[in-house]
Amino acid sequence: MNGIEALMPGGALTPQHMMIAPILIPLIAAAIMLFYEDRQRKAKMAISLIASVMMLLVAFDLLNRSKGAGPSGGNEIGLYLLGDWPTPFGINLVLDRLSALMLVLASILSIPSLIFASATWQGRGQHFHSLFMFMMMGVNGAFLTGDLFNLFVFFEIMLAASYGLMLHGSGAARVRSGMHYIAINLVASLFFLIGVATIYGVVGTLNMADLAQRMPYIAASDRPLVHAGLAILGLAFLVKAGMWPLCFWLPPTYQAASAPVAAMFAILTKVGVYIILRLTFLTFAPGTGPSAGFGAGVLIAGGMATLAYGTVGILGSQAMSRMAGFSVLISSGTLLTVVGLAMGGGGVAMLAGALYYMIGSTIAIAGLFLLVELVERGQGSVAAMLALTSDLYGGPDDDPEEPEGSGFVIPGVMTILGVCFAALAVLLAGMPPLSGFLGKVMILSGMLQGTGSGPVEWAFMALLILSGLATLIALVRVGIQTFWAAADDVAPKVKASEIAPIAALILATVLLTWQARPAMRYMEATAAALHEPTVYINGVIMAERTVERQEQAETAPTPAPEPERERLGPPAPPMGAPAGEVQQ
Amino acid sequence: MELILSMGIGILVASGTWLVMRPRSFQVIVGLCLLSYGVNLFIFSMGRLRTAAAPILPKSGEIDPTAFTDPIPQALVLTAIVISFATTALFLVVLLASRGFTGTDHVDGKERQ
Repeated sequence: MNGIEALMPGGALTPQHMMIAPILIPLIAAAIMLFYEDRQRKAKMAISLIASVMMLLVAFDLLNRSKGAGPSGGNEIGLYLLGDWPTPFGINLVLDRLSALMLVLASILSIPSLIFASATWQGRGQHFHSLFMFMMMGVNGAFLTGDLFNLFVFFEIMLAASYGLMLHGSGAARVRSGMHYIAINLVASLFFLIGVATIYGVVGTLNMADLAQRMPYIAASDRPLVHAGLAILGLAFLVKAGMWPLCFWLPPTYQAASAPVAAMFAILTKVGVYIILRLTFLTFAPGTGPSAGFGAGVLIAGGMATLAYGTVGILGSQAMSRMAGFSVLISSGTLLTVVGLAMGGGGVAMLAGALYYMIGSTIAIAGLFLLVELVERGQGSVAAMLALTSDLYGGPDDDPEEPEGSGFVIPGVMTILGVCFAALAVLLAGMPPLSGFLGKVMILSGMLQGTGSGPVEWAFMALLILSGLATLIALVRVGIQTFWAAADDVAPKVKASEIAPIAALILATVLLTWQARPAMRYMEATAAALHEPTVYINGVIMAERTVERQEQAETAPTPAPEPERERLGPPAPPMGAPAGEVQQ
Repeated sequence: MELILSMGIGILVASGTWLVMRPRSFQVIVGLCLLSYGVNLFIFSMGRLRTAAAPILPKSGEIDPTAFTDPIPQALVLTAIVISFATTALFLVVLLASRGFTGTDHVDGKERQ
């Protein structure tokens, strides 16, 4: 469906194989890397970096496609039927604006994490790169799939790889919190299965679009059972997203995980948020029969409780890494509350602001996790843990294959780290001028325009601003201790390849701030599309199989190309350039 | 049959839940196993309970749907068994590693004082 396909006769008859690339690329890369010995880190690094860059390019291409043209309401639904089975029966992959956005976010995080890991972390355990790629496969698959059970499978791939990554580097602290992490996720997966089975038992479908289509017509006697099934299903994702009181595992786990892994784990909570967003808006969208708005109250209350818990937690934390863990909760709490409010009819503008905020805050959290490890390198607990893992696996010092090119230690480390830290603190606290501020302002202004100002809205506004203040106080306090008060400390040895990823992540948020208008326009169309689930449902249900399209082409001698499906012209870079949106 | 199956699921899940809450890591893993058995039976029962009905349709000929049982829950339960078995095995390894690191089988890595 891109320029090349449109030029080729019959190009429209082949399915869009590009859609499955975000799943295949990491799968193949991870499988190939299993054949390499664990000492060949340079080769593994090259393979996974190439795979990540390819994923980023594919994600941008898919994002560009999903913008679509007029008749689809600016939300072109891409559908990939695995094995070309007809829609409600086979497993399908569905691409729309939201999933394309999440794919881009995941690949944006993966490249800096990998480069950061190349400095030291990749050598502190086995199969780091393969596990990393398998986790990317699971994450991308969860974003793309349109089938509940297939979602379970991708979710498990993601989780199984994340168990391995969580333990990467070993050590008592990691194994202990890793055990909690695995146990709670195993139980959450069982909830997932109970939910899926209940839904199948009552509604008789596992296809998300088909389920959404049948929701208004479910018999009144069966409806409570479907609600129960979906609520139990939601529990699994709320555990992942870290909603209070299902979030006590999160800060210790993220604190104990190694830095590049923790940075990548920032996307895992967003997987939970994404699925909540996707499923609630498909099945309980405002104005879709008797189930509309189900669960909105729980999301609002739980989200605000998460926000409050994160606020108190970040103020009470001593270690920087723990603060980063609580900032994950603040971000999740904000998003969940907004989803709840939007479900209750909060309006498009607020949800768009929340999506914008999600991108910025996820990138900032990932950057903070990377930075924290560098700063804490010279300090107590983590240093001890590092020493322990070096003993176990042989540190990078006695490894002859360590790339020397990236190994030079840059001067003025603390200054650079301090500047990066200040930028991340500004981002997370939601201070001007960076994207954190814009996101929060857009959430709040959208909320005031949308639902007006009841007590719930005022409470949320107060909590959101207070959480920003608490983040600022906590980070400034620890920043003063680290960067100003402790001048006599030995500066940590930091390689350029460890600073560069942090700088790149900050640069990404600067870009997001600078190009806020086109980015925001994309988010608004995404939020509007979420409020119109019929577009998604029709895009999946009405789609023809490849076989049917070929049969039609054979019977009709001159297959008239559907004009609205052609997208010619140069593909514009999605968030960076305003041209991409203006063209429509 | 319904009564026995639902009692079986109930007992498995109830004992699994109790065991998962226990402080010893071995109890937790046994609890997780029991929970997953209960859940697998639950998925299986969502295809409705039938005896002497096959889930596989013949390739050709007249097909009477009432003579067959729903094959999808059976396929789902197979996937669920494999996945939960694999992740539980992984948990077992972590459990042993934790025992080695901390010297105790308490889930928090230290005995309550």
